[in-house]
Amino acid sequence: MDRRSVLRTMATLPLVTMGFAAAGAPAGGAKLLLVFLRGGLDTASVLVPIGADFYYEARPNIAIARPNGGAACALALDPYWGLHPALGPTLLPLWQRKELAFVAFAGTEDLSRSHFETQDSIELGQGLGAGRDYSSGFLNRLVMQLSGTRPIAFSEQLPLALRGGAVIGNYALQSATKSAVDARQRSLIAGMYAPTRFAVPVGEGFAVREEIQRDLADEMDSSARGALSAKGFERDGQRMGKLMNESFDIGFIDVGGWDTHVGQGGTKGQLANRLEELGRGLAAFAAAIGPRWRDTTVVVMSEFGRTWRENGNRGTDHGHGTAYLVLGGAVRGGRIAGEQRTISAATLFQNRDLPVLNEYRALLGALFARQFGLTRAQVAAIFPGTQPRDLELV
Amino acid sequence: MKQSPFDRSWRRARGAGALLLVIFLAGCAGAAAPGPTGSGPTQRQSLDDIALLDRLSWGATPSDLQRLRRLGVERWIQEQLHPQDAPAPPRALQERIEQMTIAQRPMAQLVYAMEAQRRSAEAIEDADARNAALQDYQREMNRLAREAATRQLLLDLASPTQLQEQMAWFWFNHFNVHQHKQLVRAMLGDYEQVLRADALGRFRDLLADSARHPAMLAYLDNAQNARGHINENYARELLELHTLGVDGGYTQRDVQELARVLTGFGVNLQDPEQHDGPKLRRDQRDQYVRQGPFEFNPNRHDYGDKIVLGQTIRGSGPGELDQVLDLLSRHPATARNVSRKIARFLVSETPSDALIDAMAQEFRRSDGNIAAVLALALQSNEFAHSLHQTFKDPMHYVISAVRLSYDGKLIVNTAPMIKWLARLGEAPFDHAAPNGYSLDESAWTGPGQMALRFEIAKAIGAGSAGLFRGEGPDAEEMPAFPQLANALYFESLQAREAPTTRQALEQAASPQEWNLLLLSSPEFMLR
Repeated sequence: MDRRSVLRTMATLPLVTMGFAAAGAPAGGAKLLLVFLRGGLDTASVLVPIGADFYYEARPNIAIARPNGGAACALALDPYWGLHPALGPTLLPLWQRKELAFVAFAGTEDLSRSHFETQDSIELGQGLGAGRDYSSGFLNRLVMQLSGTRPIAFSEQLPLALRGGAVIGNYALQSATKSAVDARQRSLIAGMYAPTRFAVPVGEGFAVREEIQRDLADEMDSSARGALSAKGFERDGQRMGKLMNESFDIGFIDVGGWDTHVGQGGTKGQLANRLEELGRGLAAFAAAIGPRWRDTTVVVMSEFGRTWRENGNRGTDHGHGTAYLVLGGAVRGGRIAGEQRTISAATLFQNRDLPVLNEYRALLGALFARQFGLTRAQVAAIFPGTQPRDLELV
Repeated sequence: MKQSPFDRSWRRARGAGALLLVIFLAGCAGAAAPGPTGSGPTQRQSLDDIALLDRLSWGATPSDLQRLRRLGVERWIQEQLHPQDAPAPPRALQERIEQMTIAQRPMAQLVYAMEAQRRSAEAIEDADARNAALQDYQREMNRLAREAATRQLLLDLASPTQLQEQMAWFWFNHFNVHQHKQLVRAMLGDYEQVLRADALGRFRDLLADSARHPAMLAYLDNAQNARGHINENYARELLELHTLGVDGGYTQRDVQELARVLTGFGVNLQDPEQHDGPKLRRDQRDQYVRQGPFEFNPNRHDYGDKIVLGQTIRGSGPGELDQVLDLLSRHPATARNVSRKIARFLVSETPSDALIDAMAQEFRRSDGNIAAVLALALQSNEFAHSLHQTFKDPMHYVISAVRLSYDGKLIVNTAPMIKWLARLGEAPFDHAAPNGYSLDESAWTGPGQMALRFEIAKAIGAGSAGLFRGEGPDAEEMPAFPQLANALYFESLQAREAPTTRQALEQAASPQEWNLLLLSSPEFMLR
């Protein structure tokens, strides 16, 4: 970290720590959870184009079958689109309550088809111009536009999207254990860091840990008594819901395991298992956040979609266009939002991938504006050089 | 704004830079390195060589500092760059390693045996018996991976060839594979060892080590890449991560063509003495290659001509791999990409273009001689200025803490270290994506990570922390206590402490708490 970023850190310190000092989240304040699926989700297996013959031609082995009354087939959302059956128990009810929308043909203009390159460019959200400032992610810029909001990354490392001027805490949900460093030791340590460039993250780290331990005290006690608890992403969803109900307003979590080059399966198999867990986690989050669900929007996104045609190993390779899931109590759901196109060999991008018709910065910028009541200038500060495109998602 | 202690140490490091440069220049001129003027070494100089040791090793220890001072900086650096002349590892370390399965049995044997075990377990009809057999298999696979991690950590702790050990980690991370893919756990020990042997050698060799290794071919799905069933995964990462870099000027077309070159290079997990290889046409038999689990299968290879980076690769079989590895390893973009990454690891997160250019030029001049590229970087002012400025990633943090705590005393059990590293997000061989662990400071300084680091500091400082307990439930524990208030501390480390750190240490209520505070101090977070 250079001198400039130290200064930036100092300048923004009051904003976030004041948020922590507040007794609770601002009543009725809007909340946002971003779920980033790292590895490139095959969205054609999630939002299945059951009306497109070309989908079934392109995927002789791994397509999700058209609704046929049985269990091993897509669940119809409308005449053209269906849902992967592994998501039926968890997401279909949300769709029916109109609390789940999809944005099909979504994504970025980044064409590298590299996981890392594309994830980075999405998380930075600075557009595809020449230079990149790796110390400024788009969620951090969102936090900078809000006052009194409390952000957190539910991850071991602070993701690029949350790095930047505002110091944002991170906490890996897997490591929710009681602290061994006591209060006196914490204050001695904080004293050592006071004159250093790490003063703010150290203070924030202690604050977040204490807060989370308070919020999850019941769960920690019950699991210490050997109570059965949910596992994996379902447990994470539960914990995030509880923490975002009580303490935090903007959350980020990343989930891996989507890079299905080989044997991804269809209604059953590798990808289906991951999807089932994802759905259970999202449903657990919605349940655990309780009445605040009506103020909350969850966006589930991945760096890119995968090749429209299956590859030689019954898997799919790095593609381009993808689909986003948008969920929440105030979401205008039960619909496929954004510009769409009939899918055929002629409409594929580079005869290979779904085209991107709904650029993510434009659609997220408009969503943030609605969700948080931002002005046009504020959106421009988050996503510079983008014309927001309002899909009326909330 | 108040001055940070890091600003102060930065200025001190500048002083160190001038001193180092003098020593180097003297070395170049063939003169003996000048000894310290006056009677004994000044405090300032001891700070300098500690910073150097902290950067080029896995963390300063009293005994390594003694050795560095005995040899002098220049000779010590030469020894680190050319480890064939370095002393052998301590006997106790050698014996520990010799007892390991991964040292006693070649990878091919391990892989064939584990694959046979897996197949026979899966063939069991009774579900309970099958599950039990599969659990045994998983346990043994985990044990093999654990052995590889243990060997790496023990060498990091106690090997005299510290720079080689750091570069061994660097190259594994550069050519990253993830342990939880197919049989990779049975291949880790070999993969890691092969990269270690070439860690200061030629880039072309390192590239071939990875490209021919079944761990890489399995991990990046090239084992599935066949004519008419193209899988681009390895081809893409080979260009993007291993050689040219994402801005290296290749196209999607190059990825596809390279993937065609790579068809047929794969993995065969079955013992050729007990199982027939693939059926081959008579005219293709001499094309077939088998070296342990590595296999080139002409049936799966695309024999058409390809154009990679503007160069035509004639469809000729197994030799195509060497052609493209020559092409990629000598490409100017590779020299730059690899030099930049080395500079980010050993100099600073933001190396200057001038340094990268100079290293890249040396890379090309020396045909990818890593020791030569490192030697050039170490001679730069930029390197001298960078000392004690880099935030330790968890691997450097945990290893340096244990090295300083126990110096020459070899730990018995690495499990606590592996657990700490896992909690801090940098467990050995456990980065799932091919880009490896991050070299960015900001990847490791998030608030949650800082708080966790202090928890680990407490565990290390409180006592032997399980590091001296044998494996198994009834194992005995050797008495041990971290010796952090050692000669190195009082002679040198103390001198670079900020007043705030000293004040905190003075308030320690017990030796354990003093250890916690020392290992939590901002000064100890930097290398």
